[in-house]
Amino acid sequence: MLKDITLGQYFPGDTVAHRLDPRTKLILVFLYIVALFQAKGWVGYGLVLLATVVCMAVSHISPKNIFKGLKPMLFIIALTAALNIFYTQGTPIVEGWIITWEGLERAVKMMLRITLLIAGTFLLTYTTSPMALTDGLELLMNPLKKVHVPVHEITIMMSMALRFIPTLIEETDKIMSAQKARGADFENGSLIQRAKALLPILVPLFVSAFRRADELAVAMESRCYHGGEGRTRMKQLKMAARDWIALALGLLLLAAVIVLKHFGL
Amino acid sequence: MIRFENVHYRYPDSDHDSLCGVDLTIEEGSFVAVLGHNGSGKSTLAKHMNAILLPTEGRVLVDGMDTSDEANLLPVRRTVGMVFQNPDNQIVANVVEEDVAFAPENLGVPPAEIRERVDNALKTVGMYEHRQHAPHLLSGGQKQRVAIAGVLAMQPRIIVLDEPTAMLDPQGRKEVVATVTRLCRENGMTVVLITHHMEECIGADRLIVMSYGKIAADGTPGEVFSQVELMEQAGLDVPETTRICWDLNKAGFSLPLDSLDVETCAENLISAAH
Repeated sequence: MLKDITLGQYFPGDTVAHRLDPRTKLILVFLYIVALFQAKGWVGYGLVLLATVVCMAVSHISPKNIFKGLKPMLFIIALTAALNIFYTQGTPIVEGWIITWEGLERAVKMMLRITLLIAGTFLLTYTTSPMALTDGLELLMNPLKKVHVPVHEITIMMSMALRFIPTLIEETDKIMSAQKARGADFENGSLIQRAKALLPILVPLFVSAFRRADELAVAMESRCYHGGEGRTRMKQLKMAARDWIALALGLLLLAAVIVLKHFGL
Repeated sequence: MIRFENVHYRYPDSDHDSLCGVDLTIEEGSFVAVLGHNGSGKSTLAKHMNAILLPTEGRVLVDGMDTSDEANLLPVRRTVGMVFQNPDNQIVANVVEEDVAFAPENLGVPPAEIRERVDNALKTVGMYEHRQHAPHLLSGGQKQRVAIAGVLAMQPRIIVLDEPTAMLDPQGRKEVVATVTRLCRENGMTVVLITHHMEECIGADRLIVMSYGKIAADGTPGEVFSQVELMEQAGLDVPETTRICWDLNKAGFSLPLDSLDVETCAENLISAAH
């Protein structure tokens, strides 16, 4: 059951979207999100939707996978929609009803906005390996080193966390089996009882995680790790022509959405 | 070359020395096995070889560099690579080749050379085909070989393995011991193998037995295992071949105890029977 947890799941592939530099993709997602929040009228939303569909087609990610990722968010999406429907003033759909045309429009736009937001970020993690993502992030944040932001430390923590997710999941599975073998019951009882049953899993898990961290630190030091200073990378990131074209398209999308907003579209 | 000069070590919250006056020289290019039961100080000994632990008394010299001098830290660690017991806790990246690249990246090696070192290291341990794999999907023996490759990419002259086989199945143990033996015999590296499996020591040039923080025996595996009573005192077993000859000698035979190879032992037994 724990094997189902996917954080930033990556689908290996060899499309243009996969080959783009992770820095380009990170900037594109940023531009995309800004564009999404600038969109006001239906034409603006349509444009962003179109861009999303094109990206999905280019990266060979099926809509099915996007919807699978959306599932845990359904409740939030539904709640936002409901709030917008019931709390917007305007012309009622039927005389005397609380639901208004304006409310309906806002609800649909809100749902669209959240869905597109999630879909866009999923496209990033689906087409970029976690390692590439942290590498890209480190390089993008490099200027922040000037103001003493520990960029290298932040990114190495991120990549370590990603590296240890499968190991810790495996460990949790083992501990759960051990507790079950001694009669622990994780499936029955009230919510509070089940939460209590989790305690005997969390304690050993934390203890072992700390022990691992300790051993890992010694192993890293043995391999001459001494912080980010003077470190080189085996894989160098290089911006290609396709990266600049992609960035130009991203900027174009943002510009178009802002112009459309001015005309109220 | 690693030299221990009267090394004492006491863990911070302990009331007795874990190493009590160890004098030891490990020669260039040799395959040294260190045997001892739990708490004998063999792991403590290993951790002194690349300055993870510093002696409370005495000193450890790696190629003449004193390990307790802060300025020697990186050169010492670059000379002596260390492989640990749990492969999961020493792999840092989620792609095999990225992990092997970790040490040269830390040393600031140019990217093209890192690539070359990584490929060579992975070929040496026979994991080149798995370079794009995720480490958590490999078997224990494979993971430990990746860890060895990760140390090799640093190009150390000495490799210390602190119970690398303790968490592996028999198959994985064989893989690791074969890899380590090849490193010494074919690549001329100095290998120090810490273990509590005596079968893994048979192929070594030299066997050191640790007991209560002291060196209890030191010599070729044949010489050391012949001292059956001493081994028993250290809480250790001897190989089956030695055991058979020892028991027969007690019954009046005079068989040599240092033939650890099954074939030679059998020949000795046959000639004694005639």
